[in-house]
Amino acid sequence: MGDHGPAKGLSRWLFTTNHKDIGTLYLWFSFAMFLVGGIFALVIRAELFEPGLQIVQPEFFNQMTTMHGLVMVFGAVMPAFVGLANWLVPMMIGAPDMALPRMNNWSFWILPFAFFMMLSSLFVEGGAPNFGWTFYAPLSTTYAPPSVTFFIFAVHIMGASSIMGSINIIATIMNLRAPGMTYMKMPLFVWTWFITAYLLIAVMPVLAGVVTMMLMDIHFGTSFFSAAGGGDPVLFQHIFWFFGHPEVYIMILPAFGIVSQIIPTFSRKPLFGYDSMVYATASIAFLSFIVWAHHMFTVGMPLAGELFFMWATMLIAVPTGVKVFNWVTTMFRGSISFETPMLFSIAFVILFTIGGFSGLMLAIAPADFQYHDTYFVVAHFHYVLVPGAIFGIMAAVYYWLPKWCGNMYDETLGKTHFWLSFVGLNVTFFPMHFVGLAGMPRRIPDYALQFADFNQIASVGAFLFGASQVFFMFIVIKTIMGGKKATDQVWESAEGLEWTIPSPAPYHTFTTPPEVK
Amino acid sequence: MSLDLSKSLTPVCRVLAGAGLLFGSAAVMAESAVEPAQRWGVNMTPGVTEISRGIYDLHMLIFWICVVIGILVFGVMFYSMYKFRHSKGAKPATFHENTTVEVIWTVVPALILIGMGIPASSMLMDMYDDAEDAEVSVLITGYQWKWKYEYMDEGVSFFSNMRTSRGEINNIEPKGEHYLLEVDNPLVIPTDTKVRFLITANDVIHAWWVPAFAVKQDAIPGFINTAWTVVEEEGVYRGQCAELCGRDHGFMPIVVNAMEKSEYNSWLGARQAEAAELAQLIKQEKTFDELMDVGKDVYNKQCVVCHGANGEGGVGKAIAGSPVATGPMDQHLSVMVNGVPGTAMQAFGAQLNEIELAAVVTYARNQWGNNMGDSVQPVDVYNFKQAN
Ligand code: HEC
Ligand SMILES: [Cu+2]
Repeated sequence: MGDHGPAKGLSRWLFTTNHKDIGTLYLWFSFAMFLVGGIFALVIRAELFEPGLQIVQPEFFNQMTTMHGLVMVFGAVMPAFVGLANWLVPMMIGAPDMALPRMNNWSFWILPFAFFMMLSSLFVEGGAPNFGWTFYAPLSTTYAPPSVTFFIFAVHIMGASSIMGSINIIATIMNLRAPGMTYMKMPLFVWTWFITAYLLIAVMPVLAGVVTMMLMDIHFGTSFFSAAGGGDPVLFQHIFWFFGHPEVYIMILPAFGIVSQIIPTFSRKPLFGYDSMVYATASIAFLSFIVWAHHMFTVGMPLAGELFFMWATMLIAVPTGVKVFNWVTTMFRGSISFETPMLFSIAFVILFTIGGFSGLMLAIAPADFQYHDTYFVVAHFHYVLVPGAIFGIMAAVYYWLPKWCGNMYDETLGKTHFWLSFVGLNVTFFPMHFVGLAGMPRRIPDYALQFADFNQIASVGAFLFGASQVFFMFIVIKTIMGGKKATDQVWESAEGLEWTIPSPAPYHTFTTPPEVK
Repeated sequence: MSLDLSKSLTPVCRVLAGAGLLFGSAAVMAESAVEPAQRWGVNMTPGVTEISRGIYDLHMLIFWICVVIGILVFGVMFYSMYKFRHSKGAKPATFHENTTVEVIWTVVPALILIGMGIPASSMLMDMYDDAEDAEVSVLITGYQWKWKYEYMDEGVSFFSNMRTSRGEINNIEPKGEHYLLEVDNPLVIPTDTKVRFLITANDVIHAWWVPAFAVKQDAIPGFINTAWTVVEEEGVYRGQCAELCGRDHGFMPIVVNAMEKSEYNSWLGARQAEAAELAQLIKQEKTFDELMDVGKDVYNKQCVVCHGANGEGGVGKAIAGSPVATGPMDQHLSVMVNGVPGTAMQAFGAQLNEIELAAVVTYARNQWGNNMGDSVQPVDVYNFKQAN
């Protein structure tokens, strides 16, 4: 068995149960969604280039902000991480494949249908969902366009896909580790995904629950979220954020794992504080369940609630700080070189930390009364998601691409992509801190004149950032098509089982488990 | 005790803020809280209330703590990147754990956080106050897409709509100084007086936010939230709806006119007199032409966004040829007064007065090919409202 290759043609991709193929499918799908979500973002930035309405009408603008958020979160970031897990987890723990390969195929292939359904609502009467990616009721129920039903169905499918993916990852990690690969020897990427998978299993059903309640309110006469029928619109927010807050950690923990692989390699020094990194990740995951209402400081919570959620949120800064300190100490007295994955990882640490600082500011409940629902929040979460999740994913792609396709990417092109993205991102999102503090609310299609200058700058940055991602696609395709042959080790001081197998990784690896000492 | 802490911190923050290099414009913003707003503003306004200044100081305190931590952490990082470069032949050390430093960098940040949390908690306690002792209470209701202000004990209430014209928004006319931040009827409150805001909504969730007061509170249908303020300086303060509330979320500004108590009282007196006058007017008979004229105004102000300039429809159904506008009067009045629940067609009974309602109904029945030839009198609307 062991050495047969992939099937030919389209059926290879449709019927594949191979973790590498499925990883590739996830990654390309996520990249496609990244471009689609990016186009939506550029529509937003183009409209906000100047005061006044120029390009789109408010109805469509609201559809763009909503779809941009949904597509980026559920279509780009999450599938990219699942794709990386598919490629890397078996190779890192010395497993031949994922534990549940058929389910793996299914959990990928339902995704395109979910997104087809969601995106097609842009073309139906009444337009696509327009109530923000947080879809607060009753704007998303009583006052929603008819397409909300499609959106609900799409969310159900995405949730099912995520839950299946997570079960698979947990089953793989628990059962298929090579002999000698104890839990505390697992690479941090495996650890962070292990914890992330539990988060997903815990909160995806909550998301499914809340959209089902919406469905009932819309079509079956219930009043979960309608005050007129004795329901509670605030209940919606509690349930949504009980999902939503862990969700933001779902989008960052695997990236923590990625940079924890990359920084040691290019610092030529082992990761500092492996154990404390594991414990810090677990603490963050735990805390992520008890801070949800910090998104709701202005809904009129009682004082005790405000205090609890403020302190709990501030507490998250402790394990997050530990992680940053460990990364920095890993670099300290290392022997550092600056290949593209390392550049992305260093930018990750710096910019994610800046996003962490603004997060800490937002946690301060009294101040949040001023920050809430302004561009300051937009700046904050883009600083943790773009240089956090997205840079993490890009670092991973540059780092492991030679292993996947057997060719080295062009370092000059890679670095150019990095610098363009780095500049683009900061020019886009840094000014948003300013307009937010100066009073610009988020999710508005037009703004008062005093916000014009910084908005113009942000729009220019956004187009630069967007264009550099097309360049990224070019680099990746060029690398897959050819280039300098990669060695098995690829990076001088990379450690881990994935570097012991040939480059490109054969279709089947570790059919006999390696011995881990 | 917690109260004292926040007070004693204030001067420290002031000094820090004053020394702000990055945030040098903070001082400028202090004036701009009134108007006109500054371009290139980069920071929160300290505002014109004790609470808003407290929040501003807290914000600056946390900001500077973050700056210091950032300088330390990034300093070590950049030093490492420079000093331990592979290209300079740096030899890597091999150390990879140390429980002592792990404990230190867990405990020290925790202590810093406690240092931030205490003034923040005390600030929060200052803000949380049901303001039962307020001299003025205003019920604020968010509608798609306007605000209603009701002076609880004074019998005065009115709607506040954005005044910026569609022409300015669509770049046909030049944009005015207060583009998007101007309304027809601002909320008027007295200075140096505790004012309580009871905040709710009629349809979806909105949020009433005036940065200069540091008051932001969600307006939620079925709930009444409380906020309060004591404004210390006279002036015009501008804010916006802060919670996505549908299409025109960006177009429901808030303007508050804070004036001296005596001025406020005479303003209130005038408003009350107007209300009384209106009650008189309702009793008078209007001619068909008068109704058509007023109706046209009302339509263009209130209805055109959803029903189109020629009654052709849009978000709302077409009025031209509508079975309601060409059907029985009672049904037409009912749609106008009670709205169509679950749709964007609101209950205008609370938003328009009897004269306006009578006028817009008459107008709708006799425009764009609707040829009913009938009209309705304000007093009929009044009776209809009483009966329904
Ligand atoms: C926010 C948008 C909005 C505004 C503003 C609005 N309407 Fe409507 N209107 C609607 C919608 C939506 C409907 C359709 C309700 C339904 O589904 O039956 C409607 C229905 C109507 C109808 C019944 C039409 C029919 O054939 O069923 C009339 C009459 C009407 N509106 C008059 C007015 C007038 C007069 C005003 C101004 C005072 C006004 N509307 C303002 C949204 C609006
Ligand atoms: Cu609103």
